[in-house]
Amino acid sequence: MAAVILISVGVLFNLFGCLGLLRLPDMYNRLQAATKCVTLGCCSILLGVMFHFGLGSAGFRALVAIPVLFFTATVAAHALVRGAYHFGTKMDKRSVKDDYSEIVK
Amino acid sequence: MRYVTVFILSLIFWLLITFRFTVSNIAAGAAVAAITSAIFGRYYFHNVGKFLQPRRWFWFLVYLVTFIWACIKANFDVAYRVIHPAMPIRPGIVKVKTTLRSDFARTLLANSITMTPGTITVDIIGDEMYIHWIYIRSEDPAVYSRMVTGRFEEYIKKFAE
Repeated sequence: MAAVILISVGVLFNLFGCLGLLRLPDMYNRLQAATKCVTLGCCSILLGVMFHFGLGSAGFRALVAIPVLFFTATVAAHALVRGAYHFGTKMDKRSVKDDYSEIVK
Repeated sequence: MRYVTVFILSLIFWLLITFRFTVSNIAAGAAVAAITSAIFGRYYFHNVGKFLQPRRWFWFLVYLVTFIWACIKANFDVAYRVIHPAMPIRPGIVKVKTTLRSDFARTLLANSITMTPGTITVDIIGDEMYIHWIYIRSEDPAVYSRMVTGRFEEYIKKFAE
């Protein structure tokens, strides 16, 4: 039962993440949705897998995958955002502040 | 000494992901861990004694709980902004000063900021972190620095510095 709930929540958050990819205006905001919703969605699915299989071989692997996913997702997000900025991707016109421009240009 | 620490940690990681406690598997894991620690050992853990201080483990647990809670909050926050028909966003990149010294602590802080509500670390130059924020709540640098780094900075300082 707990497994079903956790996996459903995970799929729902992944859906929100994809919706964010479509709706948000620029690359930086889209990446926010992609890292946050999708990472926690996947963690929730992995926790569901852990509950489903119990603390055996599959369950432990699912648990170990969670911190690995966290570190890789954050590092990937950072690298993508920095790369996009240096490449010259424009920020959305609703942006109110850009302290980074004084360093890069 | 730090080669030994990296060796032990990678062996534990190997045993967790393979999850077979036969002699051949442990021997294979030890070989792989030895190669890993020979190559990467010099990059990690400049002071191994920190692992043996219980106070640091306590603050690590406090940090972990705060971090998971902030993570869940972050998800609802982003989900709300995505679903809301008017999309309440006010994005921008802000500059935040950090007081952490060691590379490891700074990496952890940057990672925590990326996972918490609406913020992604773009770059660290010297003492300053550049952070993309999906909804800038305040114009005052002192106020928003506090909001971005939150309590993470003091907790990380207590267990990693």
